[in-house]
Amino acid sequence: MKKLALGVVAALALAAPAQAQTKYPERPITMIVPFAAGGPTDVIARIVGENMSKTLGQQVVVENVAGAGGTTGITRALTSAPDGYTIAMGHLGTFSAAPATYPGLKYDPINGMQAIGLAGGTPILIVAKKDLAPKDLKEFVALVKANPDKLNEAHAGVGSVSWTTCTLLKGQLGVPKLNSVAYRGTGPALNDLVSGQIDFMCDQIVSVSEQVKAGTIKAYAIASAERSPALPNVPTTKEAGLPEYQIEAWNGIAAPKGTPKEVVDKLVDALDKALDDETVKKRLLDLGTVIPTAEERKPAGFAALIKRDADKLSPVLSAAPK
Amino acid sequence: MHDMIANLGLGFSVALGLQNIALAFVGCLVGTLIGVLPGVGPVATIAMLLPITFGLDPVGALIMLAGIYYGAQYGGSTTAILVNIPGEATAVVTTLDGHQMAKQGRAGVALGTAAIGSFVAGCFATLIIAALGAPLTKLALLFGPAEYFSLMVMGLCFAVVLARGSILKAFCMIMLGLLLSTIGTDLETGQERMTFGFPPLADGIDFAVLAMGVFGFAEVLRNLENPEARDVVKAKIGRLLPSWEDIKQSTAPCLRGTFIGGVLGILPGNGAVLGPFASYTLEKKIAKDPSRFGKGAIEGVAGPESANNAGAQTAFIPLLTLGIPPNAVMALMVGAMTIHGIIPGPQVMTKNPELFWGMIASMWIGNLMLLIINLPLVGVWVKLLQVPYRLMFPAILIFCSIGIYSVNNQPVDVAFTALFGLFGYLLIKLGFEPAPMLLGFVLGKLMEEKLRQALIISRGSFMTFIERPISAGLLVVAVAILVIALLPSMAKKRDEVFTE
Repeated sequence: MKKLALGVVAALALAAPAQAQTKYPERPITMIVPFAAGGPTDVIARIVGENMSKTLGQQVVVENVAGAGGTTGITRALTSAPDGYTIAMGHLGTFSAAPATYPGLKYDPINGMQAIGLAGGTPILIVAKKDLAPKDLKEFVALVKANPDKLNEAHAGVGSVSWTTCTLLKGQLGVPKLNSVAYRGTGPALNDLVSGQIDFMCDQIVSVSEQVKAGTIKAYAIASAERSPALPNVPTTKEAGLPEYQIEAWNGIAAPKGTPKEVVDKLVDALDKALDDETVKKRLLDLGTVIPTAEERKPAGFAALIKRDADKLSPVLSAAPK
Repeated sequence: MHDMIANLGLGFSVALGLQNIALAFVGCLVGTLIGVLPGVGPVATIAMLLPITFGLDPVGALIMLAGIYYGAQYGGSTTAILVNIPGEATAVVTTLDGHQMAKQGRAGVALGTAAIGSFVAGCFATLIIAALGAPLTKLALLFGPAEYFSLMVMGLCFAVVLARGSILKAFCMIMLGLLLSTIGTDLETGQERMTFGFPPLADGIDFAVLAMGVFGFAEVLRNLENPEARDVVKAKIGRLLPSWEDIKQSTAPCLRGTFIGGVLGILPGNGAVLGPFASYTLEKKIAKDPSRFGKGAIEGVAGPESANNAGAQTAFIPLLTLGIPPNAVMALMVGAMTIHGIIPGPQVMTKNPELFWGMIASMWIGNLMLLIINLPLVGVWVKLLQVPYRLMFPAILIFCSIGIYSVNNQPVDVAFTALFGLFGYLLIKLGFEPAPMLLGFVLGKLMEEKLRQALIISRGSFMTFIERPISAGLLVVAVAILVIALLPSMAKKRDEVFTE
């Protein structure tokens, strides 16, 4: 009897790895969000993750591991076992900007990571306090270039999306040293923009759209290829005369390097299905998110996007006064 | 006025739906239960429980989250009173007299006072928000970095002036707290400071880690010295509910606390932190016999607890009327709203009146629930104190560790808490009070941040603090407090805020 039991155990033990390959996933998947619960990345991860659970037949559990501009959580996800049970939802900052921002970074988003796919693109807006003189982007650019020492720009801390995108803007306008004021998060920065303590900032559409609609702040342009249905009156940077300023605060999923292909395929498929789901789409669109194209949802397309933005940001960020 | 009643009518019609009442109840209950885990304050509790609200409609979800928030806030006070562990910054003050009351067998009275004080504060705060929410928004916008810095300076002056006996020791502890708060990544430059290249320090020290260590762990260590003289609560339990005399004594502090906490709660950048502290200072200053404070004075529980709850509620004003979260909890609420497709902004009140007024009505209902849930629970909590020490100590340590771990999912946080526990034990042995250190720690981060923001905006001119009228006014008050304290006649009457 004992021998039989041992035999069964041994057989099961031998069978287990093979099964793990074919029957992935057979236990819940942890999706690490490297920011606090409730932030833009967390919201997207939960909306998409909930639907991916249905396709995968296993719960996708969001775990918030915040710290060091998101690099703590991404490091943990990318150094875990490449079995598809720990994946991460990162963003522009953690995947494209981090190597230039954090010199001691312990992961390599370009060569040391398995990209899964893009989950959503979040447009960036250039917004200003409501009584700042310039009426449009051209006047604003002229003002910034003429008075780089008189204006104040706000951001949510070095490494944040608002810092990254605004540093790019200042780099492109040739005023890298323009006064910047750091806040602990977008909320406090927005508070001081509404009350007129600071002059302008760059931030994700979801944080600022309602303020723009209410007229408590004004938006000069949206740094995407197309206008957003959430703010149809705000021109694109191309329309408004600053075509080179193109940047989105996208969110996307990645897994550790070496994750088996069939596991990657299943995750890609689940993400793809989630982004085609009407409820998911509607909720993402409500946030002002752009639904990724078929190409961007695939590992190759996503990896290309990471590389493209890293190439765009690295020279500016490395040179940025910190 | 008529509008307000009509609006509140709408709100109550939403909040009094059977489902929403049930959600408020469940929220308050779950919030209370998780919130009593030492170290798990409202932020951690809401972050943990946020996902369970996803299946609900937006109003129901927010009502439940608000319930969780009040419940967790109250749960933090429970651990502060029973085991001397503040769940979050605002509960630090409650440890001072609340835990002393527990030691004297008046744990039930302290818990009851906290619950009733919170309820009274909640009722008033609800009315304030309903009547004056929109106009009060302007107050939040009047406070820029310079004003906020001056407010913090005033807060620190209270601490120095009112510190016990050795003003030097209190001063040292405040400074130590300030220094500890500077550990981590520099906000303006992104450079790491005093982290010794150790990655877990890059985000600085978490409040819960420090508080749990110097209060919770250190307390256990100290009690191990002589297990017989058990400190938590001796066998006697005493009354479970406040007597008529207790209630009479707490009424005025409770109302003053509500006012102070309510005003500070509206300010951006977590002004509510100062509420309980300012209330305690005031109560002690105007008391006939200030020496009672720190030895179980009921006013020292009633005032700060009311201030705490009033501030917790008025903190909703900037969120609901401006769409801007003033603190971490409200930032989570923003997340909850966006997940449900409501993007907070200045127009929530007009675009989603049923949500806006439903939330406000549910605040009152939530506070009532809290009272209903907590008064019977008082007996349960107090009984817990009779658990023998050999079971109690490991349990406190285990729950502290679970709580700490669950905040950031970082094992290293637990190790840090243990280190601070040893440090806290050393402080107790040397006669240093940990409370001023925690105050310095909490205010330090904000002060530095606001100081630098103000100076960047003013291009390095310190005159900005004097040129701006509100900032100048706050600084004048701060100086006045210091001068009064330094006058010899007043110095004799100086007594400490922080007494254990």
